[in-house]
Amino acid sequence: MTTVANPTYRQRIGYQAGLLGGFAMVAAAMLVMGDIATREAIDERQAEDLLASLGQVIPAGVHDNNLLADTLTLDTPDGTVTVYRALEGLDVTAVAFETVGQGYGGAIRVLLGVDKDGRILGARVLSHTETPGLGDHIEAARDDWILSFDGKSLGDPPPARWAVKKDGGVFDQFSGATITPRAVVKSVKEGLELFAAHRDALTASAVQQTATAQ
Amino acid sequence: MTDETKSTDWSRIARDGLWDNNVVMAQTLALCPLLAVTGTATNGLGLGLATAFVLVLSGLSVSVLRGIITPQVRIPVFVLIIAVLVTLVDLGMNAWMHDLHKVLGLFIPLIVTNCAILGRAESFASRNAPLPAMFDGLMMGIGFTLVLVTLGAIREIIGSGTLFANASMLLGDSLRWLEVTLIPNYRGFLLMILPPGGFIALGCLLAGKRLLERRLAARREAKAAAAVPARA
Repeated sequence: MTTVANPTYRQRIGYQAGLLGGFAMVAAAMLVMGDIATREAIDERQAEDLLASLGQVIPAGVHDNNLLADTLTLDTPDGTVTVYRALEGLDVTAVAFETVGQGYGGAIRVLLGVDKDGRILGARVLSHTETPGLGDHIEAARDDWILSFDGKSLGDPPPARWAVKKDGGVFDQFSGATITPRAVVKSVKEGLELFAAHRDALTASAVQQTATAQ
Repeated sequence: MTDETKSTDWSRIARDGLWDNNVVMAQTLALCPLLAVTGTATNGLGLGLATAFVLVLSGLSVSVLRGIITPQVRIPVFVLIIAVLVTLVDLGMNAWMHDLHKVLGLFIPLIVTNCAILGRAESFASRNAPLPAMFDGLMMGIGFTLVLVTLGAIREIIGSGTLFANASMLLGDSLRWLEVTLIPNYRGFLLMILPPGGFIALGCLLAGKRLLERRLAARREAKAAAAVPARA
C-alpha cells in the first residue's frame, strides 16, 4: 500500500476509525441482505433433506400425512426432542425422532423410525465425524450394517444383548472400530427406551392430542 | 511495487500462480485446508474451485477499494472483506446449489482460514488494478486447485484404490466416467487417508518439485557453460 498521494487527513485517527467502522457497517448490511435473500430457499432445501431422511426410516405405506406437519416435542433431561408422527387418518402408526450417540470422533446423530408397537422401522445416521475408512461403515451409503436394526425392539433381542458382539450382544462390530458401532447401538437403544417411556403420549391419536392441547 | 504505470505482465502472473510462486508448492501456505480435505481427488477439486472463486472476488474488491484503505487498518479491512465474501458464497450455494453445497459445504468455512487469500490481497491485489488482480486470483486459484487434485489423487489411489470417487455428486452425472476403481478388491491403506498421509504425500510432492527445478537449473547451467567457450 505505497500509495503515491497520501493526504494528511488520512493519517488522522478519525479517518482510520471511520474507515474501519464504515467497512464493518457495509459488511453487516451485505450479510443481512444475503441472509434475507437466501433464508427461504435454504429452509426449503433443509425441509426437503429432512423429509428425504424421514422417508428412509418410515415407509411411505404406513402414513398418509405430511411427516413435517404433525410433530410433537418431548422434554427430556438431555433437551427437547422433536418427534415426527406418521398418521393414517388420525391414528399414529409410527414416529421418527433423532437420538444422539457419542462416538470416537464426536456426536453421532441417528434418525430412528419406530412403529406404534415399539419395533424399529429403520435407522439412519444423519451426521458423524468418525474415522473415514473405519467408522464410516455406519453410513447406509457405505455398508448394510445400519439395516441390522430393522425389526428389532426392546424385547427382541433381550436388553442384555443390545450390544455389539464383542460385549456379548447381537450386533456386528467393524474390524478396527468398536467404539463407533457401540455408540450407535447404545443411542438406538436409548431411543427405544425414550419411546417406551413416552409411548402413550406419542401414540395417542391426533384428535386426542389436539383436544388436550386446547 | 506500484506498477500501475508499467504494463501488466500477464504471462508472469500466470507463471507465478501456476508454478513459480504456487500457493502450496512455493509459498507453502494454506496447508490446513489442504491436508484436511485431500482424502479424495473430488474433495480437492471442490475446495480448489471454491477457493479460486473467492480469490477472484477478493482480488477484485480489494483492488477496487485500494485507493481508500489506509495501510494502518488494511489487515482488518481485508479480513472483513474476505469473511463477507465467503459467507455470501456459502449462503448462496446452500440456497441455489444445494446438492453441491452438501458435498462442499464442509469446506467453504475453511476458505476463511486460508491465509493464501489474505496473502494475495496484501501482496498483489492492494497494489494492482482490478483486472490484473482478478487474473492473479484466478491463476493462484487454479494453481492451488491443481495441487489439491494431485495430492487428493495420490492419497486416494494409495489409500482406497479409487480415483475421483463421488465425482458425479460434484460435477453432475455427465462426468460419472471420471470415477474409476484402479485397484479392485483393495483393502485400503488407511494411513494415506488420515492427516499423516497428507503430510507424507505433501512432503514427497514438495521434494519432487525441488528435484525437478534443480535438474532444470543444472541443465540450463550446462547449456550456458557450453555456450561460453563457443563464443570466446
